[in-house]
Amino acid sequence: MPASLVQNESILAIDVGAAVTRAVMFDVVEGQYRFVASGQAPSTAEAPFKDIGIGVREAVINLQNILGATLLGPQDNNLIAPSQPDGSGVDAVVATVSAGPAVKTVVVGLLSDVSLQSARRLAESTYSRVVETLSLSDHRKSDQQMDSIVRSRPDLVLLTGGTDGGASRSIQKMLEAVGLACYLMPMEKRPMILYAGNQNLANDVQELLGGHAGKLQVSYNVRPSLETENLAPASHELASLVMQIRQRQIKGIEELSLWAAGNVLPTSYAQGRMIRFLSKLYESTRGLLCVNVGASATSVAAGFAGELTLGVYPQYGLGENLAGILQHTEIEDIMRWLQLDISPNTLREYLFQKSLYPSAIPATLDEQAITQAIARQALYLSVRAAQKDFPSSAHAARTDLMPPLDLIIGGGGAVSDATSLGQSLLLLLDAIQPVGIMPVLLDQNNLLPLLGVAASRNQYLPVQVIESGAFIGLGTVISVIAAANYGDQVLRARLTYADGTEARAEVKFGGLEILPLPSGETARLSLQPLRRADAGLGPGRSGAVPVTGGALGVIIDARGRPLQLPSDPVRRRELIKKWYYTVGG
Amino acid sequence: MLAPMLHVLPLTTIVRERTLPVAGKVNARVDQKVSPTDVVAEASFAREHVLLDVARAFGVSALAADKMIRVNTGDRLAEGALVAEKSGIFARSIKAPRAGRVMVAGSGQVLMEVGDARIELRAGLPGIVTQVIPERGVVIRTAGALVQGVWGNGRIDNGLMISLIEKQDDVLTADQLDVSLRGSVILGGHVRDADTLRVAAELPVRGLIISSLLSPLIAPAYQMRYPILALDGFGAMPMNSAAFKLLTTNNKREATVNAEHPDRYSGHKPEVIIPLPVSSEPDEPNDYETWRLGATVRMRRPPNAGMIGAITNLRAGLSALPSGLRARAADVKLENGETVIVPLVNMEVVG
Repeated sequence: MPASLVQNESILAIDVGAAVTRAVMFDVVEGQYRFVASGQAPSTAEAPFKDIGIGVREAVINLQNILGATLLGPQDNNLIAPSQPDGSGVDAVVATVSAGPAVKTVVVGLLSDVSLQSARRLAESTYSRVVETLSLSDHRKSDQQMDSIVRSRPDLVLLTGGTDGGASRSIQKMLEAVGLACYLMPMEKRPMILYAGNQNLANDVQELLGGHAGKLQVSYNVRPSLETENLAPASHELASLVMQIRQRQIKGIEELSLWAAGNVLPTSYAQGRMIRFLSKLYESTRGLLCVNVGASATSVAAGFAGELTLGVYPQYGLGENLAGILQHTEIEDIMRWLQLDISPNTLREYLFQKSLYPSAIPATLDEQAITQAIARQALYLSVRAAQKDFPSSAHAARTDLMPPLDLIIGGGGAVSDATSLGQSLLLLLDAIQPVGIMPVLLDQNNLLPLLGVAASRNQYLPVQVIESGAFIGLGTVISVIAAANYGDQVLRARLTYADGTEARAEVKFGGLEILPLPSGETARLSLQPLRRADAGLGPGRSGAVPVTGGALGVIIDARGRPLQLPSDPVRRRELIKKWYYTVGG
Repeated sequence: MLAPMLHVLPLTTIVRERTLPVAGKVNARVDQKVSPTDVVAEASFAREHVLLDVARAFGVSALAADKMIRVNTGDRLAEGALVAEKSGIFARSIKAPRAGRVMVAGSGQVLMEVGDARIELRAGLPGIVTQVIPERGVVIRTAGALVQGVWGNGRIDNGLMISLIEKQDDVLTADQLDVSLRGSVILGGHVRDADTLRVAAELPVRGLIISSLLSPLIAPAYQMRYPILALDGFGAMPMNSAAFKLLTTNNKREATVNAEHPDRYSGHKPEVIIPLPVSSEPDEPNDYETWRLGATVRMRRPPNAGMIGAITNLRAGLSALPSGLRARAADVKLENGETVIVPLVNMEVVG
């Protein structure tokens, strides 16, 4: 019998985001774990509250109100655990945290295209901002490097370099710079250090840095040989160090950790863990892609045959870093997604003003449209950044295309807070621009990272919750790649329902077509491409595939890959409005 | 649900911590009366460090090198002073490349700090020192008017505040700034050109308190050596009526402009302090309170960003907004008489 049924534990999962704190209840219903309810409240990591506990309790109180059950003690406002015979309390707690400033990180490696590359990838797997880089190609003197580290006041140093049994002398020189920099910093400001380089030097590292670091953690080498990269063990250690940094920075993390008996993870790490797990579980031959557009960061987790690529991009978060997006993209690249006729200056001022109030939400339709446009560009940039680190097995037909995917899961405030499911779907399609045939799910309650952390408590819970339909199926997407002119017919599609009835679509290049297929239903989709178009079966290849339904049905996206938007702003805005209309506004 | 606050207070007790970024010496004592320009603490720190690798330079072991090092931790060295020497037929020496202090000597190396820089921490506001933070700074207590803003260029100064604003949506232009304003803190409206900032620097002024500025002026504003404080933000935002009324009625009073950069985590906000004489000390303001009927609130986001109103109804549950989203919200009667629905996360309590 599964352990979950023996234990029959109710699990309270808490996610502390930069803007919103969520409390989610998972419990056993009819022998299977289910997502029961969710309560939320504004996060309180920042001033004037400066204690995440306030937001956590408020989210739990809101959850209590929905459940009609008591979770917090009426006297002390503390969590009741384990659950009581009267139905109050919970058996276990798990938590994820993405609130907090970007972790200022120094990355150290030897060769810029080997260990330093791995160190950078490792840094990108969490909420970090690289403030200084040291490598063999850095010709500064040790004391200059040391001063530079001190000036950057890092929270974290990621030390890599050397294959196991390989180079040691060059690493020792860099260890010296890092060690002296730590020595020069006040004790309470010293950074935590993760060493994931040549394992033969682990003892030297302990000796040189152990007494000077805020904390020193030694992990397996991220580059045991030139050809092999192994980020997973170091990522695990990094997740733990990041939580310790958060504990130092944010009041209330320690209490949350006590509630959760230590089961607290950075949100992105838990999201990645879940995608790796699903990729293995469903033996995905192509890829699984999960994106999360949040206030603290936009994150992208991709699983290809069990291999995880995780990219966390605070610079593309929609909160306090919002104005900083202009350091990475042109204002026109955000404007292109707008259906509103506003000036670039208006948009620029919007970005700066909004970054003053990260937790504010769009109150008007115009503001919602601007938020959606910014979210598109943030996600577009994040997916492109992550794609560079996809494994070689994730083969794209062309360098400017995404590799084929088996599934897309979208989540995060900007995606799940769209005003309609069609709006959420269009945001994902515009930004990701997937190719092939795949279902698209919406993680409306941002459950995925919570399932990732709950897996450490109960391995059956994530699968049972996902299979119970906790995510909203938006539909199955068919992306058509074609070399055609706007308006040319590129595909004939016929959807045969279970009862034998049919729906047909004559798809023109540049168009977006929807064939209705309700959630929970399956049908057979026959595709007949024209002009050697590729509708997911290969260029010019016809065929029939089984498809599952969703809130929108079967969506045929023939708008082109990469998506070409008209340069004429009036025509572009009209087209965007038309697409919005097609997906239900 | 708790409500964040924006302080716009005609009379309150203000307690501010003023600290050095590095350890130093505190000059003030508890109960000392200080003026804004008084230096309450000072520190000197090394801008750079020099690492002299004696063992490597002499090609000997660290242990052997230690015997050749002629300086001790804490020694102050002049440029060219002897640091280490190797005797014998091939005698060699290492000299201090720059004047500085030996931070640590051992393991075959000498680490020096060089390029001393001095920081003077001024009180920034007039008041009484209520606490000395050893090696770091002081806590100062004063009474007066307090107006918080949303953005600052990181500088602090004080002077006589002169108002050049007549309406909340006025624009402050360079041609309004003449020599009679030299040494003053200027209260102006929206700034939309770098010329205004430059002319203010040339006078020079002791500070600019403005309603808003265009975002391309952020970089030039950081270059200015006087404090620039935006009360309402970026773009062409008018000054919120609460700050406008309070500041214009305090025209020609001494004001401290602490245009520190807002820090979301520490809660530090740029602020204007106008010290006022009091017979009895008023209460200190709260950092947050709960949403309540009648509370004066400022709209943080469109469509009424910057406007002041009063809560007339706290809605139960979630309310549908014109954007299509649903959120906890309140009915707010704005100063123009219009009543609007505003999500709680888009407001702050003024007080």
